[in-house]
Amino acid sequence: MARAAQKTTPSKASATPVTPTASKDELLKYYREMVLIRRFEERAGQLYGMGLIGGFCHLYIGQEAVAVGVQASQRKGDRVITGYRDHGHMLAAGMDPNEVMAELTGRSGGSSRGKGGSMHMFDVPTGFFGGHGIVGAQVSLGTGLAFASKYRDDQSVAFIYFGDGAANQGQVYESFNMAQLWKLPAIYIIENNQYAMGTSIERSSSTTELSQRGASFGIPGEKVDGMDVLAVKDAVERAVARARAGEGPFILEVKTYRYRGHSMSDPAKYRTKEEVDEVKKTRDPIDHIKALLAEAKATDDEIKAIDADIKAIVAEAVQFAQESPEPDPSELYTDVYVETAA
Amino acid sequence: MTDILMPALSPTMEEGTLTKWHIKAGDTVKAGDVIAEIETDKATMEVEAVDEGEIAEILVAEGSENVKVNTPIARMAGEDGAAAGGTSKPEEEAGSVAAPVAKHDAPEAKSGDPEQAPAQSGTPIPRVELHDPEIPADAKMVKTTIRDALRDAMAEEMRRDDSVFLIGEEVAQYQGAYKVSRELLQEFGAKRVVDTPITEHGFAGLGVGAAMAGLKPIVEFMTWNFGMQAIDHVINSAAKTLYMSGGQIRAPIVFRGPNGAASRVGAQHSQDYSAWYANVPGLKVVAPYDAADAKGLLKAAIRDPNPVVFLEHEMMYGIEFDVPEVEDWLVPIGKAKVRREGTDVTITAHSRMVGFALQAAEQLEAEGISCEVVDLRTLRPLDHDTIVESVKKTSRLVSAEEGWGPMGVGAEVVARVIEHAFDYLDAPPLRVHQEDVPLPYAANLEILSLPGVDKIVAAVRKVMA
Repeated sequence: MARAAQKTTPSKASATPVTPTASKDELLKYYREMVLIRRFEERAGQLYGMGLIGGFCHLYIGQEAVAVGVQASQRKGDRVITGYRDHGHMLAAGMDPNEVMAELTGRSGGSSRGKGGSMHMFDVPTGFFGGHGIVGAQVSLGTGLAFASKYRDDQSVAFIYFGDGAANQGQVYESFNMAQLWKLPAIYIIENNQYAMGTSIERSSSTTELSQRGASFGIPGEKVDGMDVLAVKDAVERAVARARAGEGPFILEVKTYRYRGHSMSDPAKYRTKEEVDEVKKTRDPIDHIKALLAEAKATDDEIKAIDADIKAIVAEAVQFAQESPEPDPSELYTDVYVETAA
Repeated sequence: MTDILMPALSPTMEEGTLTKWHIKAGDTVKAGDVIAEIETDKATMEVEAVDEGEIAEILVAEGSENVKVNTPIARMAGEDGAAAGGTSKPEEEAGSVAAPVAKHDAPEAKSGDPEQAPAQSGTPIPRVELHDPEIPADAKMVKTTIRDALRDAMAEEMRRDDSVFLIGEEVAQYQGAYKVSRELLQEFGAKRVVDTPITEHGFAGLGVGAAMAGLKPIVEFMTWNFGMQAIDHVINSAAKTLYMSGGQIRAPIVFRGPNGAASRVGAQHSQDYSAWYANVPGLKVVAPYDAADAKGLLKAAIRDPNPVVFLEHEMMYGIEFDVPEVEDWLVPIGKAKVRREGTDVTITAHSRMVGFALQAAEQLEAEGISCEVVDLRTLRPLDHDTIVESVKKTSRLVSAEEGWGPMGVGAEVVARVIEHAFDYLDAPPLRVHQEDVPLPYAANLEILSLPGVDKIVAAVRKVMA
């Protein structure tokens, strides 16, 4: 099978700070959040290999700058929804790593008490509305979250993540149409990691400029370097400001790359090792923010302290996820219906 | 020292070939470094280091075949951390690696008690005695069409709760394709009576999302035939999310619209979805017959914190029935209604078929056969007790539904009766349903296909024979 053309890899960006800037403290915060996702996902992959995580498990490694850059604009009352590659978004939205990891292992301490799994996690306090396993469904659902924001007129917005694969689902365009028709505060974030499972965007899409997919509905879009957390943050801030001002939806095509397979059992024959290595070597989002931190005069000690802290947090999550008991058999029958007093 | 274990590529993998080592003893690795490649009959994958440290020893040589999952393949020196794939500290944690999957016995199914029975008989819902509201002796009965009863139900609930809104095609300016939403736009405005584009999949999903965010949408499908475009959101998004979220995310939503065969509109516009949705745990499914039930059940559906599929009948919107003029007329979901008492045979039916069953009973009375007609009203949860009690009294059963027979509502009713009242039966139960073909257009063939009074009468005579 012909490999995807070289041009599909994210365009090379320099490690020097570009227009968007951030204070050292902000950078340290983003670094911390990104490293948490990476270390968490590495351990999730490990637990999968050990048989502690079952079923499907889609890792977010390589895409950390997207969720962290987007969620930097999240404020209380905003809602977040995504597809099945959701661990990174949950951590960036502020969910407890213990609960996320314990859900992966199917334990009672998981955020869905073990009944959802990797693809189905939710957390109302942080505004995280899943975790959806049907490709594209989260786009209609997320548009409904934005509809509720507008209905309540509470200035909240909905962050709706989906991938380059979901971008070819019909309901995405049904949603775009309604969102613009009703000027809903919907921020559509297309995480273009260039492969829908094993199919490259060139092989699946008649036009590959996904930021322009809202053009026929009049929804503005922008392409962003998804390996640069500040570029993502900057673009999202502008889109969110528009949405909060009642100007309607926005589409951000965030160019990113997943290092791991589509899921754990993906043999990854559709791309070359060289392609993956090239991105890791030249475009890694964590290396990028490290370079920014160096420029911001962050010390090695500051970075090492974060690394150690994250290591402890993830180790604790792993321990919690293994020690938390499986759900009680009685849980089989709970939560099918909200009980009603007749 | 920490062991690096042979990882599994998938939940079903038991062993594989260690095709290549990218490291050797003495190398230092950091998280994300590729250290080895492994292969199964299905795939080749790279094994990455999960933490940093020095490789002390390679335990399984490259090229080794049939390496069992969780076998130590290398040993790491140094830090406290784990390494790649699966790891363990053999001295302290031997045996702690394998998934501690506790095997517990499945909950015992108690045959005979449907509320405790396993899922195939319906997820148990706490048993509460359900009763229709009392109608005061002096209550005025008002002749009302089903169309207006449904409209009144929505209007009353929208007045009561500002989170309730109606969304669908032609519901606002056009006043409803079947005029069910007549005058709602005028009273509640465009914010709460929302015309959509022709985009069922999209607006059904939007409705479920709005419900998850705390609103109470009423999603109107112009017909349930078009709702099939949106069935993924009805089932995967609305019905399952409460469970998948461990009880955190509710979807209080009503999906409603005309269901079943209209007149001469052909196969794609004529289908009964009762059995389809009644199959799904997490949904409640309601299919009323008369106007009082249409109003009372729709009000109950809008207030219900669960997703409700509300099946109306296209041929019945214009039919008038008495509706009691009672403040807040609410009919409980989950309760069947004995429409006519009888002693010889029980006929179960829902929606439009109830009328045919009553006509059949009338006709059969002249022949000396006493029919009890049970209007199911709610298909999920099914009012098991009322059905079983009726059959225990009559000893015979005919189920009537407009949809196809195989795997249908009648199949479920018959199965329950056989399970719970077998010894009371004097004859094998019979099912009346649409012929097992798509609905034809030609007038004569359409009549032949659909179930009606004659087919119910014939079935009753047969079980009485």
